[in-house]
Amino acid sequence: MATITATEAGTAPPPVRPRRSKLRLRNTLIGWSFILPNFIGFGLLTLIPIIVLFYMSFTNWNVFGKADWVGLANFQRLIGDGSFRISVLNTLYYSALHIPLTILVSLGLALLLNNKLRGVAFFRTAAFFPYITSIVAIAVVWNLLFSPEYGPINEFLRFIGIQNPPGWLTSPEWAMPAVVIVGTWRDMGYYMILFLAGLQTVPRELHEAARVDGANVWQRFVNVTLPCLRPTMFFVTVMLTINSFKIFDLILVMTDGGPGQSTLVMSQFIYRKGFEESQFGYASAAAVALFFMCIIVTIVQFLWNKKRSS
Amino acid sequence: MAEQIEKDAELLVSDFTAPAGARRGLRKLAEQTPEPQPQVAYTEKMTPGRRIARIAMYVGLVIFAIGLLAPFVWMVLSSFKSANEVFSVPVKWLPETWVWQNYIDIWTESNMLVWIRNTLFLAVVVTFLQVLTGSFAAYGFARMRFRGRDVLFLLYVGTIAVPWQSYMIPQFILLSNFKVSNTLWSIILLQAFGAFGVFLMKQFYETIPEELSEAARLDGLSEYAIWRRIMLPLSIPALASLTLLTFVNTWNDYLGPLIYLRNPDLWTIQLGLKGFVSNLFDTNYALLFAGLTISVIPIAIIFLLGQKYFVEGIATSGLKG
Repeated sequence: MATITATEAGTAPPPVRPRRSKLRLRNTLIGWSFILPNFIGFGLLTLIPIIVLFYMSFTNWNVFGKADWVGLANFQRLIGDGSFRISVLNTLYYSALHIPLTILVSLGLALLLNNKLRGVAFFRTAAFFPYITSIVAIAVVWNLLFSPEYGPINEFLRFIGIQNPPGWLTSPEWAMPAVVIVGTWRDMGYYMILFLAGLQTVPRELHEAARVDGANVWQRFVNVTLPCLRPTMFFVTVMLTINSFKIFDLILVMTDGGPGQSTLVMSQFIYRKGFEESQFGYASAAAVALFFMCIIVTIVQFLWNKKRSS
Repeated sequence: MAEQIEKDAELLVSDFTAPAGARRGLRKLAEQTPEPQPQVAYTEKMTPGRRIARIAMYVGLVIFAIGLLAPFVWMVLSSFKSANEVFSVPVKWLPETWVWQNYIDIWTESNMLVWIRNTLFLAVVVTFLQVLTGSFAAYGFARMRFRGRDVLFLLYVGTIAVPWQSYMIPQFILLSNFKVSNTLWSIILLQAFGAFGVFLMKQFYETIPEELSEAARLDGLSEYAIWRRIMLPLSIPALASLTLLTFVNTWNDYLGPLIYLRNPDLWTIQLGLKGFVSNLFDTNYALLFAGLTISVIPIAIIFLLGQKYFVEGIATSGLKG
């Protein structure tokens, strides 16, 4: 658009024009000079790898760097690959547990901490602390806490009368819920901050008006707080979904995908095929699948949000 | 066309970040200025029902806090136990005798010093580069008008939805071809140029009144001088947020070093401690806990000192670096 107007104006050049376009050129150059130092790194390490990823997924790129074009062979192989199917299902399973649980807990915490209570600052700090702790420390500590025989968690469960507490990380059924618990424990402080920020936008007058109209706490929450939180909720859901789809470090340090394949997730499948088995082409095809899962879910949520807000 | 892109970019960005009102609220929250009026409001209406509700809230909070902090307490207490006592049944929280020796032995029985040196080097260099290039680019996005700006910014925003895990393989191959894998430079390159810094600084710059830079421009200051002498001093809170978040993220990063740093002399503290777990079958867990405690303490101190900036940084960008 802009170029067309420029050339059209060029047919009858007013005396100021060359100066103006020179100015514009100068502005563009200065603008780019600001962005360039960061953009070189960003382009080289993020944009180019993303483009190369798509190319690689159509080749049989291996450890020797030799790559032949194989068309859709990698993707056909993915569809038939039982491990890949398990990794997708496990990723979805993790997300299905982790997203609602984290929203529930962090929103609940934010609602509590939004009250004028004594010591709120301390609780806010405590809630945020797991989030800044290193993943290795988290894994080691929780692995011991979850230990079926010696762990404090199962000891507590036996104490309150549960005869056969779960085997947690040693049992195929309970390993994923255990990881979800730790994931929620780690992330809730971060999402709590976002919800707390959102709660500041709820106008006090609306609450007062609803109270005058006789609405109880629950009705006020559903009809006043939640609608006002819609933008925050959208943002949190999108980020939570992406972060759940790409879950990796927690799994790697806590279970390494086990026992068996019960906690094998997509990122780990990519890592294993790529870095452990050097099938870079095949791993790239799985990475493309992860890429599209994240993009599509973001776009869908984006459109849905747009529709609802209009 | 250009207008449509600009509109879409704006929509995307506004939807992708904590709303402006929320940001203001959060800043207020972070400053922790008590509002005078509610104090009066609730003492007036302290009915028995409300009192019970308040007590319930406190109970809820205390349970939460215990659940949140118990693992840390467990870690620190276990670091003072003897090797066997960590697994005693029934579980004992307090060590029988306080073994301070663990904190001396960890330095001789592991390469802790090398790991800390590497991690510190990475964290400092990455943070410096991220803050410098991020705030510089943010000025271009926030204050300059030029062709291609919005498309470019859309690219930056778009990568938020793209997990690193999906392009870690081509990135690794690229860096291997440049012969930087298995050097500390690989981690610096990996972490220093993220979109996060650009994003956070741009959000902050846009809250600074346009008139300030406009006036400086009329006074004949170049754009670079405006960035250097007006925007940078005014954005110290945001720079602090970015510095702290980047530092903590680099210190805690596990996946990047895991993939790139094969040579044990290059290991970071996270890799080293993880190696400590998996290397010895009969890991001395008490010793390990001492190491973990040492690795968490600097971050805990930084966090406690700069809490306000952590909260602001996350609320401004909606991201965590």
